[in-house]
Amino acid sequence: MSTLTEAPPPLAPAEPAPKPPRRRGRLTPYWLLLPGILWLVVFFALPLVYQASTSVQTGSLEQGYKVTWHFATYWDALTEYWPQFLRSVLYAAAATVLCLLLGYPLAYLIAFRAGRWRNLIMILVIAPFFTSFLIRTLAWKTILADNGPVVHALNSLHVLDLTSALGWTAGDRVLATPLAVVCGLTYNFLPFMILPLYTSLERIDGRLHEAAGDLYARPWTTFRKVTFPLSMPGVVSGTLLTFIPAAGDYVNAELLGSTDTRMIGNVIQTQFLRILDYPTAAALSFILMAAILAMVTIYIRRSGTEDLV
Amino acid sequence: MTTTDHSGDVRLTGIGKTYGSFTAVHPLDLTVPQGSFFALLGASGCGKTTTLRMIAGLEEPSCGTVHLGDQDVTHLPPYKRPVNTVFQSYALFPHLDIFENVAFGLRRRGVKSVKKQVEEMLELVQLGEQARKKPHQLSGGQQQRVAVARALINHPKVLLLDEPLGALDLKLRRQMQLELKRIQTEVGITFIHVTHDQEEAMTMADTVAVMNAGRVEQLGAPTDLYENPQTTFVANFLGTSNLIEAEVDTRNGDDVVLKAGGGKLVLPAARCSAPAAAGGKVLVGVRPEKIALTHADDAGAIPEGRNRLTGRIADASFIGVSTQYVIDSPVCDELAVYVQNVERDGRLVPGADVVLHWNPAHTFGLDAAQDIDAGVETVEEEAA
Amino acid sequence: MPVVTWLKRRLVVIAGLLTLAYLLLPNVIVTVFSFNKPKGRFNYQWQQFSTSAWKDPCGVAGMCGSLSVSLQIAVWATLGATLLGTMIAFALVRYRFRARGAINSLIFLPMAMPEVVMAASLLTLFLNMGAQLGFLTILIAHIMFCLSFVVTAVKARVMSMDPRLEEAARDLYAGPVQTFLRVTLPIAAPGIAAGALLSFALSFDDFIITNFNAGSTVTFPMFVWGSAQRGTPVQINVIGTAMFLVAVLFVLTSMVIGNRRNKKA
Repeated sequence: MSTLTEAPPPLAPAEPAPKPPRRRGRLTPYWLLLPGILWLVVFFALPLVYQASTSVQTGSLEQGYKVTWHFATYWDALTEYWPQFLRSVLYAAAATVLCLLLGYPLAYLIAFRAGRWRNLIMILVIAPFFTSFLIRTLAWKTILADNGPVVHALNSLHVLDLTSALGWTAGDRVLATPLAVVCGLTYNFLPFMILPLYTSLERIDGRLHEAAGDLYARPWTTFRKVTFPLSMPGVVSGTLLTFIPAAGDYVNAELLGSTDTRMIGNVIQTQFLRILDYPTAAALSFILMAAILAMVTIYIRRSGTEDLV
Repeated sequence: MTTTDHSGDVRLTGIGKTYGSFTAVHPLDLTVPQGSFFALLGASGCGKTTTLRMIAGLEEPSCGTVHLGDQDVTHLPPYKRPVNTVFQSYALFPHLDIFENVAFGLRRRGVKSVKKQVEEMLELVQLGEQARKKPHQLSGGQQQRVAVARALINHPKVLLLDEPLGALDLKLRRQMQLELKRIQTEVGITFIHVTHDQEEAMTMADTVAVMNAGRVEQLGAPTDLYENPQTTFVANFLGTSNLIEAEVDTRNGDDVVLKAGGGKLVLPAARCSAPAAAGGKVLVGVRPEKIALTHADDAGAIPEGRNRLTGRIADASFIGVSTQYVIDSPVCDELAVYVQNVERDGRLVPGADVVLHWNPAHTFGLDAAQDIDAGVETVEEEAA
Repeated sequence: MPVVTWLKRRLVVIAGLLTLAYLLLPNVIVTVFSFNKPKGRFNYQWQQFSTSAWKDPCGVAGMCGSLSVSLQIAVWATLGATLLGTMIAFALVRYRFRARGAINSLIFLPMAMPEVVMAASLLTLFLNMGAQLGFLTILIAHIMFCLSFVVTAVKARVMSMDPRLEEAARDLYAGPVQTFLRVTLPIAAPGIAAGALLSFALSFDDFIITNFNAGSTVTFPMFVWGSAQRGTPVQINVIGTAMFLVAVLFVLTSMVIGNRRNKKA
């Protein structure tokens, strides 16, 4: 840690020492904010404006594009790509639920049951981050390979028959199916669920469990009535941190899926980088942003934890 | 003051602080003489801490000036004032060990060889062994002593203490009160101590200023404040007072004669802080421990010349050294009376008719225009 | 019955460890397959033990070059984002000023935005400006999305810091600069370090935004992405394994040092 602590250059200019103390601090906050905020305005907010403008342009690559307020692009994009939109939301929702179900026990384990192993487990949760996520995602190709042990086991247990019937897998394969994509999404965003969950669980006073037990709550009741409600901030930020990137992801669908599992991220990427249909790509991206912001806002309102920021 | 050295005097002239439309401290004048132990006493939000912070330089006064001796320090930043503070909850630097915490001020002033001084200071507060520990490894009492050492090592002209004992438990607090008093006597530095605990203020300070709602209500030695409060706030905030509404009847030499209910009460004119014109209203005060109780059957045995009231015992609680009675009287409900348990009269039980009587010299008179309950609840809240 | 009770007691532990296994399984595969000698271009099936890839980690054209590009971008992005983010965090915690709400939203939004949206819109901007895509555009993008994370990490730390500590420093003859260097900065350091570490990891591993704004520059994740189409060399696994080991060692050492320092005190 210590090497990185020294990494940022000294912040002496962050707090200049103007001589007369009473003038101090009038303009300081603005100087502190200026560079960073300018950066965000120019490279985050302004691009969104450009994108909005691109989405209502018409023209072609050769002749150039002009703003013609052609809102039909939105309608065309939606009618053509609604399956990919729907798929993105469904896959992301499934991955989020799975992350919560898988992540909660691990976060609970680290917070309350790990004892002296706590730090080691924490390291093991974070360390995979340092191996490029693309390499790790490719490893799932090996794990879920058609003639690998996982598929064999699922096959002999007739699990694949069930998932095929539900449309999650196809025949004897797991790779190139929705199940593989959701599995990859879950895997990739699991740490983003575990860390906020752990943070909020760790804050809970262990004596509350004893108090609940003392007041005749069984362990499961204690969990439902005390632990889980108190961990809600972690649940909310964990689900957001999982759902948002999962809904926009195209890496898992590309590496582990097939043409039948394309998500909206894949479409935007193709339109932008291969077909070069900028208005459609911009419209799609704008719809995705609006949809996610709307969902997030409603979700935060309803879960009653607005102090996430 | 007759002291020759005035360089450690703290002189506040018309100093006040407003935040927007809220006035935290009304312009006040105050002089704390060199070498004294001065307490600012009041409930939370009364402006005592703001006053202290203005002396420290951590708060810029809205008006008025602060002088240390002859030097005007009003606009000096804290790091240029020969004043040090013991902060509430200590504010020890968590990333430095005890030694470095104590050495901090010396090092900032460019003192080269700090080792000897720091070690001596740590010995003074009995923490020589703990020099290389981090603050969080010490107990509350030890942290408190580090905070004092860290401030004192700079030999400030004035040491400011902001609720320094608030975080300690009762027993430790008593011990530290005596300890601080001892240190103050030893080093002879002016101490200004902010507290909401009236007992703490009275035990430690030579002079106490009672503050309420941004003003100094009364200033004086602890005994003066207690025996002769001049406002209802002081009467109620410092200990307990019985306050009885009365009307001025006549003036009799140095005494004022008052009518309360059907009876007469006598009050030395010198102890009346309200204008005592005939027919005017006055609040008559007397401390519970000054009152004696006599059963109504023995009323004849009470000597002449004492103030008397009749009443009936509503409640009696035995607390060891004394018994505390609550007495309903026609002139006032719920009078408090504390009787030392020397010879206990078995007839003084709830329901008994009694006569309350006390030496008129212990009576004090207050302006009846004030809120009779000022300072009452605040004491309860702070104590809880 | 004792078996059932035993299981019931440890249900959470067992479920948690299973999740941990799920998280670590790909790393195990990556490590094992770094010793593979695959037939054909793809390294997805176990064939034969070999250490040839470990002996020649840069034996694939372009891979180590892309690794160096990624490291450089990550270092600069970390420096930039940490500096700018720390300044914002201090301003937000320590000062009252106008447009506070708007600034908070501007910092929150990049974290609540799917990467592909930021990637696409940033590309739109660069195309409109006629900017040359490459190292610089990647760096700009990385600083942009790391910034918010640094602000969040530093803000949390500075907010939990007792403002009286700085007052105490000023009271003890430290001027504004001294106070900042001797008290504020050391106490805020863990938050700044956390933000920097996070920035480095995010930048180094970023693919989506980089892919949109890289032009012909190839970072390590882009190299991996390309090889997923063309054929995956074993050296990729070597790098992945090495990074994992370095990260674990790094954290373990810093923990041991931290422990020793605590014990000494």
